[in-house]
Amino acid sequence: MTDATALLREPWERFERQQRAGKFGIWIFLASETLFFGALMLTYAVCRVEHPDAFAAAGRATNIWFGTINTAILLTSSLTIAVASQAAAQSERSRTLVLTCLGLTAALGFAFIVVKGFEYKEDIDKHLVPGAGFALSEAAAQLFYGLYWLVTGVHAIHLTIGIVLVVRLIVLGATRRIRLRENPEIEVTALYWHLVDIVWIFLYPLIYLPGRAS
Amino acid sequence: MSDVVLAGELPFPPRPDYLRAGSTLASWLTTTDHKRIAILYALTITVFFFMGGAAITAVRLELFVPNGWFLSSDTYNRLFSFHGIIMVWFFLVPSIPNTFGNFLMPLMIGAPDVAFPRLNLFSWYLTLVGGVFAVYTLIAGGVDTGWTFYTPFSTMFSNTHVLTAAAAVFVVGFASIATGVNFIATTHMLRAPGMTWFRLPLFVWSIYATSIVMVLSTPVLAISLMLVVAERWLGLPIFDPARGGDPILFQHLFWFYSHPAVYIMVLPAMGVVSEIIPCFARRRLFGYDFMVYAIIAIAGIGFFVWGHHMFVSGQSPYASLIFSFLSFVIAVPSAIKVFNWTASLYRGQISFNSPMLYALGFVGLFTTGGLSGLFLASIPVDVHVTDTYFVVAHFHYIMVGGSVSAFFGALHFWWPKITGKMYPESWAQFAAITMYFGFNMTFLPQFFAGYLGMPRRYHTYPAEFQVYNVMSSAGAAVLAAAYLLPLMYLTWSLLHGKRAPNNPWGATGLEWTTTSPPPPNNFDIQPLVDRGPYQYHAERESAGTDAPEVQNARSLR
Repeated sequence: MTDATALLREPWERFERQQRAGKFGIWIFLASETLFFGALMLTYAVCRVEHPDAFAAAGRATNIWFGTINTAILLTSSLTIAVASQAAAQSERSRTLVLTCLGLTAALGFAFIVVKGFEYKEDIDKHLVPGAGFALSEAAAQLFYGLYWLVTGVHAIHLTIGIVLVVRLIVLGATRRIRLRENPEIEVTALYWHLVDIVWIFLYPLIYLPGRAS
Repeated sequence: MSDVVLAGELPFPPRPDYLRAGSTLASWLTTTDHKRIAILYALTITVFFFMGGAAITAVRLELFVPNGWFLSSDTYNRLFSFHGIIMVWFFLVPSIPNTFGNFLMPLMIGAPDVAFPRLNLFSWYLTLVGGVFAVYTLIAGGVDTGWTFYTPFSTMFSNTHVLTAAAAVFVVGFASIATGVNFIATTHMLRAPGMTWFRLPLFVWSIYATSIVMVLSTPVLAISLMLVVAERWLGLPIFDPARGGDPILFQHLFWFYSHPAVYIMVLPAMGVVSEIIPCFARRRLFGYDFMVYAIIAIAGIGFFVWGHHMFVSGQSPYASLIFSFLSFVIAVPSAIKVFNWTASLYRGQISFNSPMLYALGFVGLFTTGGLSGLFLASIPVDVHVTDTYFVVAHFHYIMVGGSVSAFFGALHFWWPKITGKMYPESWAQFAAITMYFGFNMTFLPQFFAGYLGMPRRYHTYPAEFQVYNVMSSAGAAVLAAAYLLPLMYLTWSLLHGKRAPNNPWGATGLEWTTTSPPPPNNFDIQPLVDRGPYQYHAERESAGTDAPEVQNARSLR
């Protein structure tokens, strides 16, 4: 921990301690986020138990290709940011690798949003927005789509915040205004990014798979 | 200074305390010093306290007569809703944690600041943004859903500003989460050498437990309000039964936060009382370990009792049974705390300084509120008194009798440390006693009115309830006077009060070892802890009247 003093902040005396606190703090925040998305998924579960057939019909109306492509994109982005985080923590000459991986992560995150945008457009064209002129006949299918718009929207907002955080690291790192090596902010950002991914791993089967078996 | 400096060391060069370390407005608005942020919070919540208080003063005036005399029913609904929203989210939830917790927690554990000082400041700004939404709601015409935002009224029928009110609570919720994360990390990562978990003052334990409850419950409130906004504003069907939604689900989500929120409001108060009682009884706190376990038990079980708000909402009777049982269970750790406070007085050398008066008041009022809570945990009685003034009286005994009393107790106990000034003790004792009587006069009659069937939130009532309402309103006037008194004499003390010594009460605890007011970095020398809290006398002996040996700050080398 030679040059790490540049990263030391109030009120910490030792850098290792500060690093651990940063990680610890983000884990606590992620616990909070889990409850945030957990409440949404609980709402979904209650509605689905009450209206299993409508949810199956609504699930069949989603476009599984968009969902599957996005799952692949997001999981790959988790890999790239994990590489960035590990490279920043360990290697001496890894600055380029860190920046490249962070860049890939931001690009993949952006790609997810773009794909999601196309999906939203298709949903609107197919009248899958709850309200007058809704495409499906089952009344409770509107519930599914109400939650669909809400939960994917909230997820996209989280992802956008993640992209902003990653781009911030790239800009500050590339212009050498922050030190990338051993910087706890990279791992903290990565942990947040992984949470956004894990939420999607739960959302994928909840949104795209109902009604598709058999 | 002498108890900080070891023999042979020179006195420190003069250095400004945290209040005088910078005097510009910018030095306050961009500060990351937890002590200054605590002051910012204190000013903010004082404003909100008097706003919420003004709203309910109008309500109590209106209730002097059975059919009202100066408010329309619509205005009446908006006033009590505003009172509830402001008092819960803009006063009680941030009250003790964000002011005293912020100020004292780092001092008590021997840390220079909280773990994430900038996040701490950010949290205050979030509170302000939430406050702006709340005040806008009021100016634009108010909201009439009550503080509970029940669907489908809030989503479909209310014609008031539900959107901005929900936004206010949503934003201030994230301030809560940020503060909670910060306090948890601080407790884990920044304790001074030797400050083991079981040497932590109970105030720190209570703030720690409160933070955990904040972090895990507030996001669910955020979601429930977001769903209301989505249904009301975007027209998405979530709770609308006509489109297959479930309005009861909102109540589950809402109370999953709002019952633990009760413990967010009362746990810190318990922490305060656990500091004050040993000090003014000159006694070791009885049963420290069990106090810690009780705090954790309350915080944990508090997550599983929310259904007792919904006994008449149409939830399954089996669920009600379990919620009822758990609500009785949570009374056990609360009772353990009450017994331990009482036992701490035994063979103590008790002095009735104003903080002690508030603390003793807390114990009595909290016990009354807690025991009436057992009535409500019992399903048959609850069905009878649901949505009556019995419930109103019950939770005001906990929230106002308990938490607000403790808030004032803390304000007086730590005022010398925070401001460096002593306040006029006789005035403070007078205010404490007035507050106690004013409080009981206001809320005791409501138990009777409620038990006899007077529903809450109604603008008008049958004439037979007038006697209770007149007593209650008269008590509210006394209570209002008692709240204004400290505002005056404490402000006076800032200008004319005597200089406070470092440890005016002869209390244990690291916060009393530093100067009054503390320096910007809290301690001139890193404290080293070698004993538990509350060592007011030698073990297995009775209380003495002499000052305890306080924890010395030592050099680490």
